[in-house]
Amino acid sequence: MTQQTHRPSQFGGGSAEPLLSVRDLRVTFQRHGEEAFHAVDGVSFDVRPGQTVGLVGESGCGKSVTSLAIMGLLPDRGNHVEGTAVFDGEDLLTLSRSAMRDRRGSDIAMIFQDPLSSLNPVVTIGRQVTEVMERHQGLSRKEATPKAADLLERVGIPDPKARLANYPHQLSGGMRQRALIAMALACNPRLLIADEPTTALDVTIQAQILALLKELVVDTGTALVMITHDLGVVAGLCDEVNVLYGGKVVERGGRHGLFKNPRHPYTVGLLNSIPRLDAVRGEKLSPVPGSVADNLPWTSACAFAPRCSNAIAPCTQETPQWDGDEVVGFRCFNPMGGPR
Amino acid sequence: MCVVVVVLSMLVFGWLRSLPGGPVSAMLGERQTPERRAALEAALGLDQPLPVQYAKFMERAVHGNFGVSTKVLPGEDALDVFLSRLPATIELSFLAMLLAIALGIPLGYIAARRQGSYVDTGAVIFSLVGVAVPVFFTAFLLKYSFAVEWNLLPVSGRQSTGVDATRVTGMFVLDGILTREWDASWDALKHLILPSVALATIPFAVIFRITRASVLDVLDEDYVRTAEAKGLTSRVIRGRHVLRNAMLPVTTTIGLQVGGLLAGAVLTESVFSFRGVGDALATAFREKDYPVLQVLILAAAVIYVLVNLLVDIAYAVIDPRIRTR
Ligand SMILES: Nc1ncnc2c1ncn2[C@@H]1O[C@H](COP(=O)(O)OP(=O)(O)OP(=O)(O)O)[C@@H](O)[C@H]1O
Ligand code: SF4
Ligand SMILES: [Mg+2]
Repeated sequence: MTQQTHRPSQFGGGSAEPLLSVRDLRVTFQRHGEEAFHAVDGVSFDVRPGQTVGLVGESGCGKSVTSLAIMGLLPDRGNHVEGTAVFDGEDLLTLSRSAMRDRRGSDIAMIFQDPLSSLNPVVTIGRQVTEVMERHQGLSRKEATPKAADLLERVGIPDPKARLANYPHQLSGGMRQRALIAMALACNPRLLIADEPTTALDVTIQAQILALLKELVVDTGTALVMITHDLGVVAGLCDEVNVLYGGKVVERGGRHGLFKNPRHPYTVGLLNSIPRLDAVRGEKLSPVPGSVADNLPWTSACAFAPRCSNAIAPCTQETPQWDGDEVVGFRCFNPMGGPR
Repeated sequence: MCVVVVVLSMLVFGWLRSLPGGPVSAMLGERQTPERRAALEAALGLDQPLPVQYAKFMERAVHGNFGVSTKVLPGEDALDVFLSRLPATIELSFLAMLLAIALGIPLGYIAARRQGSYVDTGAVIFSLVGVAVPVFFTAFLLKYSFAVEWNLLPVSGRQSTGVDATRVTGMFVLDGILTREWDASWDALKHLILPSVALATIPFAVIFRITRASVLDVLDEDYVRTAEAKGLTSRVIRGRHVLRNAMLPVTTTIGLQVGGLLAGAVLTESVFSFRGVGDALATAFREKDYPVLQVLILAAAVIYVLVNLLVDIAYAVIDPRIRTR
């Protein structure tokens, strides 16, 4: 195991002190009459300044809930959040509502999956950009407007001055996502969380948006948490990757290590389902068989066991423990390539 | 839009002509010799085929000539009867809608924000009662408790006898303000309170429920989450992001309620002997005053169409997706 010796400084040029440090994050949804459900079940990960960290996993594994919990954007009722998310020395999860409001949009920004539904249809693009600066930088609308035009230009929107007066429906999908990115970057956040920012877009537009994000992250030194179900996105962007399954991190590693030498059978399954340019035409992708509906409870098994080709006896009897540290590791009784 | 008015005028005309009794019985009474009936029918042009009658009716209508009132204000021109009654009803409807909107929208918003709380449940039940209870019952209840039993407000009419007020617009409260006759204005307002509360119940209940449902929908929208993610203040989120979007369906509802106000005005004005268009309509209907009925029903149709036009305009103002295609 060569990855084991990797130290934080070797990932993406981040410094050693984490900017965001999530520990044992657990989000429980409780609707009356229903059993409590842990959408996020003890997730820990670090993000260092300037680093891009991926959260990867298939639908329902808790990626969005993780990010919303960190942002304090979960619905008011029906859920319970435990653990810590320390950002710059403060635990975001215990911050007061108003203190959290001050952080959101300025220190920590977020962009969402569907650019059309994420923009207010009856407010101009310009206003939706300037309102962030009015709120956090104390600018007047007049002062913020030229800055908004600059921002739109920076994210690659042509004719930015004219676009300020446009409404979201007058822009194309790619332009809308660029506008959302402009809003997120308006106050120079130190951390940007992107929840599947390209899933709703055409393939060519996807590539453009990813290139833009990469460029902006490098230019501004913003740390990025990239949420995606697509390991292909991770390959092009992330320094470090956390693979989530059933609300837990099941494998973590640097991009290169993870792609070259995946240990968890689920990571292997995800890697095999990436479409490749060099694939023989018509060759079927092999997604992980089964679905999350088959999951076993983590408390007395490996949730992935029913879908796992490596499963052995302990897998259905005990919880596999984290084998590794905050940089690399996995959670598996019978990993690929044998025990470490 | 004009088509709507024409079609409605045909329906009104046809419907009135098909009523049992008809104008001749109304004018002469039921016991008359066939000869006298025939003579009057000929004089009124009622012996001619219906399309001819309709054409004549429309021709006169276009010139504002609907005939002379027989019962509501005998001898007065039917159109004048309508015009003299209109300000009272405008005043009443305006205050009723103001109440319904000023209470319905904020309450609807609060109920949605506290979905499932006692405030929410209470307001929902109250609004259900509001639509379910007939207007005349509400009106009677208000009249007997506040006016008759507790003597807090006037029982009926638009102005107390003995108040000497100058008339400008025919809207008494406004007149008092314009002429600085504050007493007269205040007196007229007191007369307006109970009828407008009675008239407001149904629009209030409907506006409340639509606002609540609409705000609940909008709160689930992604753009509200985006606004939260930007750390905007709750005031900005409420006004710019939630209410501005939630108002779209509410606008349509308000328009529909204004259109439906006349039905409520008929009952409310009758209960409070409030001399407005609704009261005139009730009297004209009961007494078979055909010229007045025609004017009133046509006017109602025209107002309905105008309100719909206003709603369309308002919709375009708040929804850029309609304005800028
Ligand atoms: N408000 C909520 N109430 C109850 N359950 C919820 C709520 N939000 C999410 N969940 C559940 O939590 C689980 C994780 O959801 P989450 O949205 O985080 O998945 P995801 O990994 O983002 O998937 P996707 O790729 O579909 O976005 C899902 O099973 C979902 O049904
Ligand atoms: S613990 Fe067992 S079931 Fe789970 S991934 Fe590893 S081998 Fe498969
Ligand atoms: Mg998601």
